[in-house]
Amino acid sequence: MIYRVIALLSLASVLALTSQPALAQAPKEVVIGVLYPLSGPVAQVGIDSVNAVKLVTEMINSGGSSLNLPLGKTAGLPGLGGAKIRLVIVDHQGKPDVGQSEAERLITQEKVHALFGAYFSSVTATASQVAERYGVPFLNAESSSPGLTDRGFKWFFRTSPHDGHFSVAMFDFMKDLEKRRNLKIKTLGIMHEDTLFGVDSAKVQEELAKKYGYDVAVKMAYRAKTTNLEAEVGKLKASNPDVFLPTSYTSDAFLFVKTAKNLDYNPKLLIAQNAGWTDPTFLTEMGKDAEGHITRAPFSIDLANKKPMIKPVNELFKKLKDNPGGRDISDVPARAFTGFMTLADAINRAKSVTPEEVRKALAATNIPAEQLIMPWGGVKFDEKGQNTGVRAILLQVQKGAYATIYPFELAAADVVYPMPAWKDRK
Amino acid sequence: MRGRLPAVTVEVLLQGVVSGLMMGFVYALIAAGLSLIFGLMEIVNFAHGEFLMLAMFATFWAWALWRLDPLVSLPLTAGVLFLLGIATYHGLIRWILAAPMLAQIFATFGLAIFLRSLAQALWGVDFHLVKDPWVQGRVSLGGLFIGLPQLVASVGALVAFVFLNWFIGRTETGLALQATAQDRQAASLMGIDTDRMFALGWGIGSACVGVAGALLAIFFYIFPDVGSTFALMAYVTVALGGFGNVPGTLAAGVVVGLVEVLGGLLIAPALKYVAVFLIYLVVVLWRPQGLFGRF
Repeated sequence: MIYRVIALLSLASVLALTSQPALAQAPKEVVIGVLYPLSGPVAQVGIDSVNAVKLVTEMINSGGSSLNLPLGKTAGLPGLGGAKIRLVIVDHQGKPDVGQSEAERLITQEKVHALFGAYFSSVTATASQVAERYGVPFLNAESSSPGLTDRGFKWFFRTSPHDGHFSVAMFDFMKDLEKRRNLKIKTLGIMHEDTLFGVDSAKVQEELAKKYGYDVAVKMAYRAKTTNLEAEVGKLKASNPDVFLPTSYTSDAFLFVKTAKNLDYNPKLLIAQNAGWTDPTFLTEMGKDAEGHITRAPFSIDLANKKPMIKPVNELFKKLKDNPGGRDISDVPARAFTGFMTLADAINRAKSVTPEEVRKALAATNIPAEQLIMPWGGVKFDEKGQNTGVRAILLQVQKGAYATIYPFELAAADVVYPMPAWKDRK
Repeated sequence: MRGRLPAVTVEVLLQGVVSGLMMGFVYALIAAGLSLIFGLMEIVNFAHGEFLMLAMFATFWAWALWRLDPLVSLPLTAGVLFLLGIATYHGLIRWILAAPMLAQIFATFGLAIFLRSLAQALWGVDFHLVKDPWVQGRVSLGGLFIGLPQLVASVGALVAFVFLNWFIGRTETGLALQATAQDRQAASLMGIDTDRMFALGWGIGSACVGVAGALLAIFFYIFPDVGSTFALMAYVTVALGGFGNVPGTLAAGVVVGLVEVLGGLLIAPALKYVAVFLIYLVVVLWRPQGLFGRF
């Protein structure tokens, strides 16, 4: 009897010994939940971003890339024995409640190792709350609401600049322009869509206006899904601020430009908070009506002269099979590309998919500038999870294309000021 | 913060009245079809906004493929939407006429989601504009700006309204439509083919939204979700004007258009829809039959 027990025990210990290393071994695949709006008014941005994520995944999984990126030279994640990345892509329809329940489902049902997304600041806010509760790393590549990294979250990381950074760049630009052209800017007009993105952006701009000594002549909120902006443009005409600062998504940006043209509203300087103003369709559809508009951006194709890696990545992006028509990589997908590469790099360095290890690796991220397609100083997170290497640039639509105009040392073209009036754009 | 908003000049206010009026006519035309169908058979078409979207896409494709100006393709769009309305009636509505109200709501609501997703699958989610339409630019009248596309759209909406009113009130078919709306059974005893009338009602209602879509496409962006933006205003307009009251819809459309713009100018742009929906609430509470009752 006793021999039997000993035999069983030893068998068990042998089993335990042999199975132990197997348990500790790297998983065959890393599962990442990707949340974007794939239907509704901004679906194209979501689809482009998912394409960028797919591109990173493809580059890492198949290997053989000669580009100077953190990963992609060997097949799979070398830190995890060549494990492949598998994506679970969901459509949150731009709705915070859907984002929340999808994040919950991804974590509990799909057992994802990390979450990535979600474009809309409002959706990122709810989805990352779920991740925080379950202790799952959440990487955000493009939501620009400053408040997202002020929540004291432990599991939330953002690679992109937020509206604070962007707005500071706008105000620095105004000051520099005043000096350069010897002019005086006094009043600002702020118009913003009324979800988290717009509200936060306007709040920051109002604070900065005070700090930089500008007077906010008019500040107004509107619904992005409105049928007309007649009243809003009417108000702007009445107060006629020196600089107009809109924060809009795509459809409302279209509507604003059309309405401004109709009512002959001619701001001398229009500096937009990205989003709608950098949607790839904005230029193609608005044509000469977009001329002279300035938008902040973290990225521009014309930076390719200063960032040689943009070109080959763009070529790969254009060849993706889910990218019919070969659209160029635009700002938001470029940020998704960078953010997803950062997440993959952290998981690779963690050599594990345990949430805590991935979190630590994310916190220790240090990607140098030359491994990025963004014009940033690198990727390095502060204690809030905000990338400190970010830098915003300003683009102006000149002769039908975006030209980098600020910071002046990165500029590809000179600023056109004042913006041409409607009657001169024939 | 609101205290810092600038005073609104008379000029801006007048501009608001003009813009509101023009927007109102378009709202009215969109709502007319909805009102007509409801008046006829007490079914709310929740896919009405999607019909508008399809009309706008029809206009867009006619322009993109054959370079037909929206005004040229307008009769075509109206015709296509007329057929779509009849097809919807025969394929879907006829089968749920006797069904509980909830089933009717779900049927048209499901149709809305189906059409929107279909549009997204077929044509993608990008925004489109009809570039360089015949009517573009604006005229300036003593400091007031009138967008020519908007002007054409509102005049077009008015013409369509007059025609619709004449058709319903003066022609034999129109009278038969009214008879069917008043009492289905009596009408059928008088020898009116009510099934045909219902189909015709759906056809005309959809053709109205077809005209509205074609006119809107001259100056508004086009994408699969565009219908929902206007549908909400259409429901408010119909409720204000009185379900089934076509002339009332015109007046209600103007009210909605004016309240929206003037509310935005005089109170605050953020509250312009508050003003619209407040009026809607007041009317629904105090005069549920709508401002102008039923025809």
